[in-house]
Amino acid sequence: MSEVLLDPVAIGRGLRRVAGEIAERGGVRDLALVGIRRGGEPIAERLAVLLHELEGETPLTGSIDITLYRDDAATALPNPRIGPSRIPFDVRGKRVVLVDDVLFTGRTIRAALDALLDYGRPRCIELCVLVDRGGRELPIQPDYAVRRVDVPEGRRIEVEQRDGEIWATLEMTNSITQDASR
Amino acid sequence: MSDRVAFQHRHLLGTEGLERNEITSILDAAESFFDVSRRSIRKVPTLRGKTIINLFYEPSTRTRTSFELAGKRLSADVINISVSTSSAVKGETLLDTVKNLEAMCPDVLVIRHQASGAPHYVAARTKASVINAGDGTHEHPTQALLDAFTIRRAKGKIEGLVVAICGDVLHSRVARSNAHLLRKMGATVRFAGPRTLMPPAAESLGAEIHDRLEPALEGADVVMMLRVQRERLAGTFLPSTREYSRKFGLNAARLGLAAPDAIVMHPGPMNRGVEIDPAIADGARSVILDQVEAGVAVRMAILWMLGTDARGAPNTAA
Repeated sequence: MSEVLLDPVAIGRGLRRVAGEIAERGGVRDLALVGIRRGGEPIAERLAVLLHELEGETPLTGSIDITLYRDDAATALPNPRIGPSRIPFDVRGKRVVLVDDVLFTGRTIRAALDALLDYGRPRCIELCVLVDRGGRELPIQPDYAVRRVDVPEGRRIEVEQRDGEIWATLEMTNSITQDASR
Repeated sequence: MSDRVAFQHRHLLGTEGLERNEITSILDAAESFFDVSRRSIRKVPTLRGKTIINLFYEPSTRTRTSFELAGKRLSADVINISVSTSSAVKGETLLDTVKNLEAMCPDVLVIRHQASGAPHYVAARTKASVINAGDGTHEHPTQALLDAFTIRRAKGKIEGLVVAICGDVLHSRVARSNAHLLRKMGATVRFAGPRTLMPPAAESLGAEIHDRLEPALEGADVVMMLRVQRERLAGTFLPSTREYSRKFGLNAARLGLAAPDAIVMHPGPMNRGVEIDPAIADGARSVILDQVEAGVAVRMAILWMLGTDARGAPNTAA
């Protein structure tokens, strides 16, 4: 059993609004969208397309893997799988928007900030998420969110692609808190 | 696809017995660490607060530096102990040395020792993870893994390749570790060298044995030259290095027998003009310096896998 939080239509509408907000705040010049692997990647790609439609210019895109930067990297997870980071541009002087699917504890974002800063010194970093579910354990807040919803701890939000469309659903049963790292 | 890599060992003592998916997971992780080493900030915080001790009873520049750099790029504290400055020269036994180091709570012990089996002996008596950085004529697993990484990057695969390993196979832990690993990954391994430098049971390593270089090089995709280990050869195995070079040295004519896109490897340090013609060592087919670069990435992957294990876990077999 699960409840749909955002269907593809709502996600399309929400991301278009967010793309507008990103453009409004600083245009597309020197803008780079960096998806946090793996959930943030497809969302960053959508935003890039939407920004192109709005502004006639495509922002830079990349992705970042945070495995090596987790605050529990040395203890909690023996041998997680690392994926490749892809930052095919110089981050120095860029306005970087970090993109993730679900914002929960904020620990992933903390790790992503450290990972990104090891590539260089961007002009500024902003944060865009599809769902902000509350439950922060660090002082981190999103600049852009498609939907904000309070979800009790232990419940899980699933963001997945089906037939090329993104769905965000809230699992109705309590499951392991695999989102606890977020 | 699992979120965990397949490699769940506590120690890395050899390539013998490593499974194919374990090898692949090390090589895959090494790709990410390879990228880290090419950025402007060549460091990740993953092993912050962990201690790695490099305990080297044999001289080594490349391997020790590579392990040291790998540990430092993972933010671990790395301490080097080499035999010339250690208490071993004052008569301390390996076990006493290890017990003393143990009291300093290292997370990983990297050991090179002239006695085959020394890292296994230590692994059974320490809470730290042990990495074999070369034990006598037995194994040198990180060398074989970095060789595999280099081959995979150059050729896109390992399966189905023909690898000629040439020279002093008898004394070579590099040859042994490579033979185990390459066979497991589906490559064909050929050994070539003088009969006096071929181990008596070389066939048991699953390799084709040749006592001349030419048939081994025929159509080979990878040519791996071994160092003539003058320190282990007390004049009994070879008439002279000149004759060795004439019969078993890799030169342009012999390399011409290999596949047109064959790569040339050497674990170092090279005896230029003995086992390999300098023009080949520095030539376009040589990936010898790629091997050195791969070494840091592969050792980062291994240190990461062993160093992030919860401490005090039961001492399961390596």
